[in-house]
Amino acid sequence: MSETRFTKDHEWVRLDGDVAVVGITEHAQEALGDVVFVDLPEAGRDVDEGESIATVESVKAASDVYAPLAGKITEANQAVADEPALVNRAATGDGWFFKMQLADRAAFDALMDQDAYTAFVANL
Amino acid sequence: MSESPLKTTPLDALHRELGARMVEFAGYAMPVQYPAGIMAEHLHCRASAALFDVSHMGQASLHGATAAVALEALVPGEIQALKPMRQRYTLLMTDAGTILDDLMVANLGNNRLFLVVNASRKGIDLPHIAAHLPPGITLEPHDDRALLALQGPAALAVMTRLSAEAAALPFMALAHVLIDGAECLVSRSGYTGEDGFEISVPAARAEQFARLLLAQPEVKPAGLGARDSLRLEAGLCLYGNDIDDTTNPVEAGLVWTIGKRRKTEWNFLGAAAVRTMLHDGPKRRRVGILPEGRAPARGHTEIADASGALIGMVTSGGFGPSLGAPCAMGYVPTDLSTDGTQLSLMVRGKALPARVAPMPFVTHNYTR
Repeated sequence: MSETRFTKDHEWVRLDGDVAVVGITEHAQEALGDVVFVDLPEAGRDVDEGESIATVESVKAASDVYAPLAGKITEANQAVADEPALVNRAATGDGWFFKMQLADRAAFDALMDQDAYTAFVANL
Repeated sequence: MSESPLKTTPLDALHRELGARMVEFAGYAMPVQYPAGIMAEHLHCRASAALFDVSHMGQASLHGATAAVALEALVPGEIQALKPMRQRYTLLMTDAGTILDDLMVANLGNNRLFLVVNASRKGIDLPHIAAHLPPGITLEPHDDRALLALQGPAALAVMTRLSAEAAALPFMALAHVLIDGAECLVSRSGYTGEDGFEISVPAARAEQFARLLLAQPEVKPAGLGARDSLRLEAGLCLYGNDIDDTTNPVEAGLVWTIGKRRKTEWNFLGAAAVRTMLHDGPKRRRVGILPEGRAPARGHTEIADASGALIGMVTSGGFGPSLGAPCAMGYVPTDLSTDGTQLSLMVRGKALPARVAPMPFVTHNYTR
C-alpha cells in the first residue's frame, strides 16, 4: 500500500513503508523539456524541508529540486544520472530522483494529495 | 520589468497554432520551442531543415551615394569593396573600441546597403547610425518586413523547389526573387553552422510564406531554444552574452572581421583602442570550453585555473544536442587560452574539470 503526495515545487513523494521515494511531476518534466543532466544528493545526507538538494538541467536551463520534507537521504537513482532522458520518459516511475527516510511521518500527510495538486497546477 | 505589452512578429498566430511555448525575448513574444522540444528541433535542423522566425531582428537600409563610406566610419569591415548582392558580417563599434552590436551588411547595389541587426540592440543601433550619417545618406527601417531562416542540409532542396535563382546563390550572396507571389530578399546565410537561407519577406505575406515552407516535407519549425544551442555548437557569438559594449573585437576573436584596408587606415569609430589591443595582444581571449562530465556550465559560471584562482567567466554554455555533451564559451587570460588547457568550472560550488577546446564544436556545413 503506497500513497503519493505532491509539493508546490512540483515534486511527488511516494511513501513505501517508512521510505519516501521522490521525483518530479509530469507537469515539471513537461515544463523543463529535454532533461540532459541530473545532479543527485549523496546517500546518508541529512536534509531540511525546502533545502535545495538536487539539480535537473534541460537543454535550456537548470532548475533546483528541493527536499519535500526533512529526513535522511538513503539512495540516489543512478539510472537517471546515467540516462537523464528517463526523467522525461518516466517522471513518476523509473525516473525517480532519490529515496529518503522521513523525520516526521505526519509532515507527509500535510502535503497535497493528487486532487489538491491537480487543482494547484490548474490555477498556475 | 516594463509593463508595456510584448511586441509580436507577423507569425505570432501561426506560432500559437503550432503549439509553441512563447517567451519574452528583446521585448517580443517569441517561440522558444514547439511541442517537439529543443532537442528534437535542434537535431532536425542538423539532419534536414528547420524554419525559424527571426522577424524580431532589425532590418534597415542605408542609401545615398556614399552610404558605404558612411557605414565604414562605424564598422571595421570592408564595405566599399563589398560586391553587389553580397553580404558580410561586421560590427558596430563604440568610440572606446568595444562592440555596440554585430550585424550583417549587404550591398544591394544602386548605392543601397541592407542591414540586419539584433532585436535587443535595434533601438540603440539605428539612432546611433542615424546620428553619424553625413548629409545625403538616409537610414530607413523596414519594420514592415518579416525575416525567416530556413536552415539545415535539406534547405537547398527546399529552396530549389521554390526559386532556382535563390537556390543557386553561393554562401553570403543575396537575390531578390518572387516566391509564391511574395517579393523576397533571400541570402545564403544563417546562424546555425548549417547551410541555409535567410528570407526577408513583406510582413503581410509572411504567414502564407511560412506555411508554404512548413508544407515542404523536409521542414519543421524550430524556436529560439534550438537556435541558441545550434549557434553555440557552431561557435558563433551571441550579442549580450559573448560580446557586448565591454568587449574589444580582438579579445573576442573577431579580428577577421577587420578589413585589410581598414587595418591600414584605422579610421572607424573606436579604431585606436582596437589597434592598441591588436598591437599589444589581448589580456584575455574568448575560447571554446568542453566540460569533462555531463553537467552543463551556463553563462556567468566562474572559471578557475589549476590552483583554484578565479580567472574568467563562461559567457554562453549549455548542452550540445549534436555533440551529445555540454559545451561552452567564455573568456580566459591569454596564457590559459591554448587548446587543451585544463580549467575548472565552478558549478553550484563544485569545481568541474574542463578544457579549452577549438570551436566550432560541430563542423560547419556551409556551402562553398
